Amino acid sequence: MTDSVIAPEIMDSPVSSGTVRDYVALLKPRVMSLVVFSGVAGMVVAPGHLHPVLALVAVLCIALASGAAGAINMWYDRDIDAMMDRTANRPIPQGLVPADEALAFGIILTIASVTLMGLALNWVAAGLLALASGFYIFIYTMWLKRRTPQNIVIGGAAGAFPPMIGWAAVTGDVSLASIVLFALIFFWTPPHFWALAIFRKLDYQHAGVPMLPVVAGERETKKQMLIYTLILLPLAISPYFLGIGGLTYLAGSTILGLAFVAYAVQVLRSEDHKPAKRMFAFSILYLFLLFAILIGEHLAV
Amino acid sequence: MTDQQNPGPARKHGGDTELHRRQRGKNLAVLAALFAFVAIIYVVAMVRMSGGTFP
Repeated sequence: MTDSVIAPEIMDSPVSSGTVRDYVALLKPRVMSLVVFSGVAGMVVAPGHLHPVLALVAVLCIALASGAAGAINMWYDRDIDAMMDRTANRPIPQGLVPADEALAFGIILTIASVTLMGLALNWVAAGLLALASGFYIFIYTMWLKRRTPQNIVIGGAAGAFPPMIGWAAVTGDVSLASIVLFALIFFWTPPHFWALAIFRKLDYQHAGVPMLPVVAGERETKKQMLIYTLILLPLAISPYFLGIGGLTYLAGSTILGLAFVAYAVQVLRSEDHKPAKRMFAFSILYLFLLFAILIGEHLAV
Repeated sequence: MTDQQNPGPARKHGGDTELHRRQRGKNLAVLAALFAFVAIIYVVAMVRMSGGTFP
């Protein structure tokens, strides 16, 4: 296994042999892309207008803060990352970036992005950005992740903040519509992560992370996934009734929601991991398309 | 022995020069990031002071 070949002293080595690319990898670029996209959606659907330069700065701040939180997460989780196949090739377990440097990198980027958001946009958006980072680092990574199978349910709130931050960047406040966008990602996160946890169960078990499939079994996890997709179905449609989504969104969110439920039923009825893999891939497409329709409708008007 | 005759450990070992090359790359990236940060602060200040009419 991977952990047997990566010595702890390599991970904590003070010498950096990594390249710029390794530091970019610390920012979890793939996670960042969905975070940025949902943040942009919040900005686009929010009532009001932002100067294009300020809008770009807001997107940059959301991206950097998200990446910085990812770097701090990699610093804290370097021990279990080395044990899991999915994460063993990250820069710290590979000995490419010293752990302390990754932490400093994350802290500096967090402070810079929150400060810039406050100075360029407003302090409500900056406060929400700081709250999202703090929630991800302290509540999810340091407190919940290794202690409870509800880790990603509660911790999922961190990933749900971006559209609310985008909205606040434009309006300077938090409204019912932005709370609904928050709730949409909040209830999307458990079925998304549990689909991954089902086919990566052994990884989590090996690392001692109490994901739901490890603690409660696959059957119970699959039931919970179906429940969350059923909650998500009416919730995802609600932006139409709040006036931030049009008829295209109503049709799109209904079809996508029903497809998400269908995937969850397939997962529940199956004994192997293929449906869970398909559901994981679809969950990313689902969220991407929901926000793409919202953005498309607003830009088309 | 002069410095010209002895190129020093950095030039002696391929690993060291590779490490220095990577470090130079990172230093340049930090420099670029700092310049970008300064430029952003400047442009944001101009936009906010102009009441959104800049540029």
